Amino acid sequence: MSQTLSDSNAAIQYLTVNLAHEEYGIDILAVREIRGWTPVTRIPQAPEYVLGVLNLRGAIVPVIDMRLRFGLAREDYTATTVTVIITVAGRNFGVVVDAVSDVMDIAADKVRPVPDMGTTVDTEYLKGLTSIGERMVLLLDVDKLLQPQDAQMLEGALDAMSDVKAVA
Amino acid sequence: MSTVSLAQFHQVFFEESLEGLDAMETALLALDKGGDTELVHSIFRAAHSIKGGAATFGFPEMAAFTHEAESLLDELREGRRAIDGPIVELLLRTVDCLRGMFDRAQAGQPLADAASEDLRQQLAAMVGRALPAAGKSAATKSAAASGWLIEFRPHTGMLAGGNEPLRMLRELAGLGQLDVTALVDAVPALDALEPSECHMGWRIALTGAATREAIAAVFEWVEDECDLRIEPLTAPAPAATVAPPIAAATAAASPAETGAAPRAAATANADAGSVRVGIDKIDSMIDLVGELVITQAMLDQFREEFDPTRLPLLQQGLAQLARHTRTLQERVMGIRMLPIGSVFNRFPRLVRDLSQKLGKQVKLDLVGEHTELDKTVLEKIGDPLVHLVRNAIDHGLEVPEKRRAAGKGETGTLRLEAFHRGGTIVVEIVDDGAGLNREAIIAKALQKGLIKSGESLTDSEVGELIFQPGFSTAAATTDLSGRGVGMDVVRRNVVDLGGHVAISSRPGNGTTFTITLPLTLAIIDGLIAEVAQERYIVPLTSIIESVQLREGVMRTVAGKGELLYFRERYLPIVRLGEAFGCGGAQDDMIIVVESDGVQMGLVVGALVGQQQVVVKSLEANYRRVEGISGATILADGSVALIVDVAGLVRMQSRRKAA
Repeated sequence: MSQTLSDSNAAIQYLTVNLAHEEYGIDILAVREIRGWTPVTRIPQAPEYVLGVLNLRGAIVPVIDMRLRFGLAREDYTATTVTVIITVAGRNFGVVVDAVSDVMDIAADKVRPVPDMGTTVDTEYLKGLTSIGERMVLLLDVDKLLQPQDAQMLEGALDAMSDVKAVA
Repeated sequence: MSTVSLAQFHQVFFEESLEGLDAMETALLALDKGGDTELVHSIFRAAHSIKGGAATFGFPEMAAFTHEAESLLDELREGRRAIDGPIVELLLRTVDCLRGMFDRAQAGQPLADAASEDLRQQLAAMVGRALPAAGKSAATKSAAASGWLIEFRPHTGMLAGGNEPLRMLRELAGLGQLDVTALVDAVPALDALEPSECHMGWRIALTGAATREAIAAVFEWVEDECDLRIEPLTAPAPAATVAPPIAAATAAASPAETGAAPRAAATANADAGSVRVGIDKIDSMIDLVGELVITQAMLDQFREEFDPTRLPLLQQGLAQLARHTRTLQERVMGIRMLPIGSVFNRFPRLVRDLSQKLGKQVKLDLVGEHTELDKTVLEKIGDPLVHLVRNAIDHGLEVPEKRRAAGKGETGTLRLEAFHRGGTIVVEIVDDGAGLNREAIIAKALQKGLIKSGESLTDSEVGELIFQPGFSTAAATTDLSGRGVGMDVVRRNVVDLGGHVAISSRPGNGTTFTITLPLTLAIIDGLIAEVAQERYIVPLTSIIESVQLREGVMRTVAGKGELLYFRERYLPIVRLGEAFGCGGAQDDMIIVVESDGVQMGLVVGALVGQQQVVVKSLEANYRRVEGISGATILADGSVALIVDVAGLVRMQSRRKAA
């Protein structure tokens, strides 16, 4: 990933969000919309960090709490809590973050690799970090964010198969 | 070669031709029972269209094959040959063979095989013309010529049939180098010229390795409407006028590349299903949309100036809006609705073949062919129905001697009936055969260990046994049925569609299978149930009734398992709150549901109401969840999950097994 970034110096726009007093950037092209927090419908047999599903103009979209996803304590949802709807590989999902803060251009050559320490978030989900003045922004790799979801889907498929066997 | 651009029409050609084949089959079966010449005409027309289409769209083998059938039909049409059983049989096999060709065409495989070649020879033999083996003739003829001289003189009326000489010339250009001379000697003076007629002819010198057959195939569609001469360029000796039928017939072996490209392209869009919609349906929707626009404009006035005195008008407008929306919804869903006749149509043939094979006499009654079903449901119901019909003929109906001995008419009756019953479609398969053989079924179930000896079973429980996997009572496994993979698959298919199968049997008087299906898969009637502040939808079709959880309706087994005592039976229960992990210890309503013939009690908190809900996929963005079949959006915009009753039954039985 870092190699493709160093290939080009073109700036990429990032939406920055706050999570546990740290600032994270999400590639704005993956962001579909930002909604205020609204209660969701819980789904049975889902991992804890999958809060449930919401109605996005007729489509049923799962919502993930980023704090829970990264093993942080769940915080009360406040007026600034938002759901960012992200589209990756044709699938939509929402992530709940503490607040949205800014949209900024970050040039590819300003992005540095992540040292393997000192962040709340597992470095696996990061594609780099950058600093803007005093602030440090951690750039999220949204493709990877979905990967645990893929694993679940696989689980789902296996479940379905064992179902068929149980009946046959 | 211009055929590449034709590839986009292949799917339409396939669909139309398959419809044509269905029509041919229906007409042939009617003919078998003694029909009039109009039937022969309609069969001929269908065959002719397929032949023409096949030649145009680059399937020369199919065109050649159909040509032979057409020659035979032509003799029947003109009364030169009497219609008898063997001919109908041969033509029915031709229809089957063509279906196989279309399957292979869609899969991009070579069209002709040994069976089709054999059948083609038989057809040719029938009209009294022996064909040279296709492969050899092509090889010998094509070796001789380095080019061909073609003289093509269309009859004046050829253009009226939609035939385009330019297209043929383009196609010829794909076979080799062309040198074309227009023959204008027959063109009349300008004042006598009728512009819609063709007076021109062409003399074409074709240099290249093309075979005579490949050239003849180009003109196949117009062979009756032109004078055509094809001579080798190398041998300017007396030209043999090629009689078009023979030329066309031997075209089967034309070079493979003429067909290969379009076939590959055709497979690409073979999967995209399409629906034919009647113009009247579309018109009525356009009307409705017009009404909606008017209503919307009317309501819009209130936005500009709101006057409380006009409140009744607003109410009226909203009522109108609701009515139009509902009607529009019905009409749009109606587009997906197709008559079940399209599935029933295959049965006359199936019944005819089967009864001949088994030496039984069967009269097939089809009732309610116009009953409409969702396209998706319709596509999936065909195979289960075929299975039930086969079973009815194989196991249900008796041979004539036995029927006579039982005091019944020699001809058995098999009735397929489709009708509406309260928001569902019911399909009944009724035979007047021997009914279920209770003793044989019980003996088999004992042998398979499905029941224990000494168990006394009710008739409906015996009926249930035949739906068990691996169950078959046929003494000898025939190729029709008896492999024991039938009835459980039938039931599973129907349950997957949200329906159920029931069986009732009258010993000595026959068996009735009743399949109940939802009208559509996209909208269901549901009961909204509340479990610990969460709302779930239970499909109405699977609900039997709901009861209050009172003292005494529940029995505890071994101190932990709970059973519901309901109408003199003990049913397993599932506490929805526990199954879905949302608590709900206070729940005190029980919804009795049924799936797969298994009844079960669902314990929920409260019943909120009944509503039509639009089924949305949970898998589109998330994944499959066990016990949940989908989601829907309630009036307040929130999401509610739809309970998968069949899935819960499976969960329950698995828990029992564990």
